[in-house]
Amino acid sequence: MKKFFSRHEAYVLMVIVILSIIITLINPSFFTLENLFDLFKSYSYLGIFAIGVLFVLISGGIDISFSAIATVAMYAMAVYLIRFGGNIFLTFLIPAVIGIGLGMINASIIYFFNIPSIITTIATLNIYYGILVVLSGGKWLYGLPDWFRQFAELRAFTLTNAEGGQYGLSIITVMWFVILLIAWLILHYTLLGRGIYAMGGSPPSAKRAGFNILFQQMFVYAFMGLMAGIAGMVHAMLVQTVAPNAIVGKELDVIAAVVLGGASLTGGTGTIFGTILGIALIAILSNGMTLMRIPSFWYNVIIGLVVIISVSFSVYRRRQREKQTILVEVE
Amino acid sequence: MYRKYLESIILVFVMLGVFLLMWIMNGGEFFRSANFQSMAFQLPELGILSLAMMVTILTAGINLSIIASANISGIVAAIILTQLIKPETTGLSEALIILLAILAGLSVAAVIGLLNGLLIAVVGVSPILATLGTMILMNGFAIVLTKGYVISGFPEAVLFIGNGIIFGIPMPIIIFAICAAVMALVLNSTPTGINIYMIGSNPIATLFSGVNNRTVLIRTYLLSGLYAGVAAIIMISRFNSAKADYGESYLLMTVLASVLGGVSAAGGFGKVSGLVIALIILQIVSSGLNLMRVNNFLTIAIWGMILILVMVVKYLAEQVQRRRAI
Repeated sequence: MKKFFSRHEAYVLMVIVILSIIITLINPSFFTLENLFDLFKSYSYLGIFAIGVLFVLISGGIDISFSAIATVAMYAMAVYLIRFGGNIFLTFLIPAVIGIGLGMINASIIYFFNIPSIITTIATLNIYYGILVVLSGGKWLYGLPDWFRQFAELRAFTLTNAEGGQYGLSIITVMWFVILLIAWLILHYTLLGRGIYAMGGSPPSAKRAGFNILFQQMFVYAFMGLMAGIAGMVHAMLVQTVAPNAIVGKELDVIAAVVLGGASLTGGTGTIFGTILGIALIAILSNGMTLMRIPSFWYNVIIGLVVIISVSFSVYRRRQREKQTILVEVE
Repeated sequence: MYRKYLESIILVFVMLGVFLLMWIMNGGEFFRSANFQSMAFQLPELGILSLAMMVTILTAGINLSIIASANISGIVAAIILTQLIKPETTGLSEALIILLAILAGLSVAAVIGLLNGLLIAVVGVSPILATLGTMILMNGFAIVLTKGYVISGFPEAVLFIGNGIIFGIPMPIIIFAICAAVMALVLNSTPTGINIYMIGSNPIATLFSGVNNRTVLIRTYLLSGLYAGVAAIIMISRFNSAKADYGESYLLMTVLASVLGGVSAAGGFGKVSGLVIALIILQIVSSGLNLMRVNNFLTIAIWGMILILVMVVKYLAEQVQRRRAI
């Protein structure tokens, strides 16, 4: 218990609890199951992105091209479904393959030519997105098949509210939970997961310890791409239209959320639980602002402040800890 | 001697090559003076923003907030200009208000730069995260101040900054030349400049040789912020308006210009002269593509590809050099 309270996640959780109480006091409709399920559903695609970003951050890199990867994957899937019909299996397969492919392009550039990941992904973001807009002409896609709409409306269980409207745990949220579980298992119970932490902590040490850096790097960015592809598909399910400009621009929100959850850009740290909290904080802030009738103009100001304070605070705490430990450097 | 200027010589040849290529592809149209004039007006904002990016990359950092800083500074200046200047305002008081607006814009930019510097140097946040945070924050303030609308309609004197011509030379080019010269002077002839390079190569060695890394980093980001502010003044004057989301594709371009100009992405190396030649190359390509009516988004994709290509070539050249050294 004491160990838990010394961790970054504990502070984020505390902020979330306090914020939730304040919002509920102002507008009681915040703390209802219906709103909660709704939040889970509408933030699941950002949550899926966040898992991918977490892996990249733990490995010591950064990826901002995922919004473009998701857009490409989503668009290709929608074009296929509208032209040829397709089925639910292809709905998953097409974005997954495209995501993994584009992610591996990122990884190859970063690994083989030793280019910093931030520069690589600033470039590929613009390449993927630019080519997509040119090929698609920036057209929005409507008229996705009926079964695609029906699948998105499936629920694990359904409840009825006082006015007779139905709500429940959406299949989209269930998908996010499954992905969270898989990601947690990979990070904690596989050699690969531990290797990603090791690589982020210190690449030369990880190499000497015998980890295959090339494979891990490929995996991390391919996994990011896979998550981006799936998140793109989920986004199409949520809004039932596909617009080339719907996701690009969201990348900073996602990175902010993951960083709020305690992942650091120097690599080697970050947890699934923290990431969930980070996304939750962003979701509650945004939802709470609407419920408290704060004009949405203020959204970025608040997110920006939260990011700056949170990041500064976690650096401050790390320094405090370092002061209390004796470091012996052996070169 | 020859080695020292090798990179600049290569860049000049690339510039000539690109120039010929665009001439061949566009024919006489490329050589019309209107084309050169529009190039001269477009280059400076990107150029000054690239200088702002370059100085942070030299210290092995990055400043993601330059465009957001430029927009908010531009908006603050624009609000002062549009709110304080009434139709009955005359000569001297108008000049004073314009001066006030410019100073306010520059101070906002300087404050943001200082905030970045403090976060990075004193608190110890990594440059990517610190500038990401200020970028989101400043973008937020820009939206709050403008409510997403455009602020427009400035007096003639302000428009002159971005559109005027003195002795046949466009005003923005003159400002850019001054900015580049000042940056070159700071980097090459002041202790701070030399320390900027040293921190980029090896921060620990720099610290142990008695340099106060913190002050140097704070000054670096302050300078970067100020340059974003100068770019902002040119921007609002050229567009005769200010908005929260101008110039979003500039982030890619500033990194590209720096890297193409020989700035090492790992910090420590890079010259203003290289950056200036790189900017000219980019401007020639951009105008050429524009004359060929290439889709804007395709142009952006091409910039991305060129950025990666440049980095790959640099990496390979480094490998060859290292092998020779052995």
